[in-house]
Amino acid sequence: MRRNDFIWLVLIILAIAGAIWVISNPNFPIRLGLDLQGGLQVLLEADVPAEQEVTQEDMDTVRQIIDRRVNALGVTEPLVQIEGNRRILIELPGVEDPREALSLIQETALLEFVDTGAQALPEGLCIRTSLNEGPSRCEVEASDGEGGEILEPAPTFPTVITGAGLRQVGVDTDSLGQFFVTFSLTEEGGQIFGDHTRQNQGRHLTIVLDKQVISSPVISAVIEDSGTITGDFTLEDAQRLATQLRFGSLPVPLRIESTRQIGATLGEQSIAASIRAGIIGVIAVLLFMLVYYRLPGLLADMALIIYVILSFGIFMALGVTLTLPAITGFLLSTGMAVDANVLVFERIKEELRRGAHLEDAVDTGFSRAWSSIRDSNIATLVICLILWTFGRNFGASAVEGFAVTLAIGVFISMFTAVLATRTLTRLILGRNANKLQDQKWLLGV
Amino acid sequence: MRTSYRIKNGYWAYKRLVLDSILTIMSWVFHIIENRRRYFFLSAALIGLGIAAMLVSFVTTGSPLRVGVDFRSGTRFEIQFISPVTENQIRAVFAEKGISSPSVIALRGEGLENAWQIRSEFVSPETAQTIIDSLNQQVAPVITDATQVTSVSAAIGSEVTRAAIIAVVVSAVIILFYIMFVFRQVPNPFRYGMTAVIALVHDLIILLGFAAVSGLILGWEIDALFLTAMLTIAGFSLQDTIVLFDRMRENIARRPFEKLDLIANRSIIEVIHRSFVTQLNAMFVMVAILLFGGISIRPFIAVLLVGLLCGTYSSIFIAVPLLVSWEERINAKTRSV
Repeated sequence: MRRNDFIWLVLIILAIAGAIWVISNPNFPIRLGLDLQGGLQVLLEADVPAEQEVTQEDMDTVRQIIDRRVNALGVTEPLVQIEGNRRILIELPGVEDPREALSLIQETALLEFVDTGAQALPEGLCIRTSLNEGPSRCEVEASDGEGGEILEPAPTFPTVITGAGLRQVGVDTDSLGQFFVTFSLTEEGGQIFGDHTRQNQGRHLTIVLDKQVISSPVISAVIEDSGTITGDFTLEDAQRLATQLRFGSLPVPLRIESTRQIGATLGEQSIAASIRAGIIGVIAVLLFMLVYYRLPGLLADMALIIYVILSFGIFMALGVTLTLPAITGFLLSTGMAVDANVLVFERIKEELRRGAHLEDAVDTGFSRAWSSIRDSNIATLVICLILWTFGRNFGASAVEGFAVTLAIGVFISMFTAVLATRTLTRLILGRNANKLQDQKWLLGV
Repeated sequence: MRTSYRIKNGYWAYKRLVLDSILTIMSWVFHIIENRRRYFFLSAALIGLGIAAMLVSFVTTGSPLRVGVDFRSGTRFEIQFISPVTENQIRAVFAEKGISSPSVIALRGEGLENAWQIRSEFVSPETAQTIIDSLNQQVAPVITDATQVTSVSAAIGSEVTRAAIIAVVVSAVIILFYIMFVFRQVPNPFRYGMTAVIALVHDLIILLGFAAVSGLILGWEIDALFLTAMLTIAGFSLQDTIVLFDRMRENIARRPFEKLDLIANRSIIEVIHRSFVTQLNAMFVMVAILLFGGISIRPFIAVLLVGLLCGTYSSIFIAVPLLVSWEERINAKTRSV
């Protein structure tokens, strides 16, 4: 009986209490991966030549813009994250038809030419148009005080044509040094544009980007194949507008590298099945340890239960996304947590067979087994790191999740299987060592 | 080790008798180091079987392994219909969309009634969705909730393959150095590292063979999860090898004058209890997931299960015996010089 053991016991109890608090706290929900709830996963890559560098700032801007667009979809808990140097991973739980989501995500900034009648709208105003009616993100931001102004009450203006009708965009300057944006139209676009400009001379054809007014010129000529957008532009303004028209407000164009679409029932079945499988597997291990090692087995079982509680606490506190491979990784690590105890108990048994006193056998068992446990667990951690790096770069979130839970599991198992079991063993076996010395059956020797 | 027992009472004597006889039988059955050539032969046979499967697969499908879209680029549809459909009906819809020769397989298993897997060249998600819509209208109603579509572009497919190979090679090199570092006090740590890596490569080759066989028979594909399973097995195989080497390290220090083959055999016998119990525990969990877990990760779990067995086997029957062979050969050489 040592004072250290009591200190450890208190620490272990505190850790369990903390974990239970996290688990029961609704502020730490379990994040389920797409394979457990169904949805759409898309990996996008910057669509620029391989030798062209994509800056981290650009990628960050792209992420933010996509994040906003995804939020506009009304998906619960979407995930948008940068993977590697030039990729973005998007996960949209519950989305079953990818078309709407993808067109929105990949939408080069939505450019619209809107018929606003006699009204000239000021630059920066957020309006509603007949295309995708309802409040736009521009409006949402404006009401958050981040963007432009809102027209109150908000009428919905008819959209004449979108940026899809544009063929080429460029920047030019007139004789006065004033910059303007030139554009040419596709055949189809030219027709619509021509008809509209012919019939609506003198009215305002407002140019709107992502529902925000850029300029509100009066139609003064019939435009059939090409036109200009003039405004009080500096060179930078004009160039930015031209880029936006070409690629959207994304600083770099994106292309789809991979998509995964997972039906919702598959997910529901999987989660029910894997929970059941996990419980059955862990109970089998608990029973086996109890039957095979008896009293020490009971202690190992307690350590294993502590391990499960702590692991879940940490998963929830860190917001680890649970996927099928992640659950498997966790279950595998329970196997390792038990392995550490097996190593220790086999060692204790050996010492007992050599005739050592129980208390000494316990001490030797833990200290001798430690080098095996440490060295082999570090090897697994190294593998986890490699797996994690791999998964991180390719949007293989399945691989990443597996590596994360396995690694966390290994760490916690080193704590519970060694510290928790040692403390429990010393407190229970050590205190009654003399009484237990001859209870071979109980010790499973 | 028998001499080290101290008989204290009748219980111990009984216990000793039982234990000794078990150990005798085990050492008689195993005589692992002495019989190592047999185990090497067994492994060679297993590897040969895998290579044969890869050859068969190569002749019939043009690829030694059934590589999934993760590494190969393309689009994979997993679609479940409400009522039975024929392969030709599905092919007709794909042909209509300009996809000439998709691979179409009916999936089998509980919960997979009328489920089909179709692999085609890479198509955009929009096209994929229109294909599903056409299947829904022209063939039979599709259970949308059970549909899975995976598309991977050619660029990322080849990049992932390269990265996967790098991941495996880097792991092997890191492990070699790690073991050399951990066992730096024993003579010739390089041999420890090398034999551990050989045992690990042995496991991975057997797993590839298993993948070739299961690809041929069950149509299982090699995907990112297969790679995960491979690397995990690498970790576990290593764990077993390290536990064994650790015991050898201890025994070498304790008995500096004993011959290595005796030490090796003794270490194996001492550790075999632990290998057995740990293996059993892992089996409980894995078999539970295999039987009761989701269908989608069944191949992944099966590979893990085979790999776990293989990892324990290779640590005992490949890594340690190889180490002994190596040491003995070098000793023989130095003696003859």
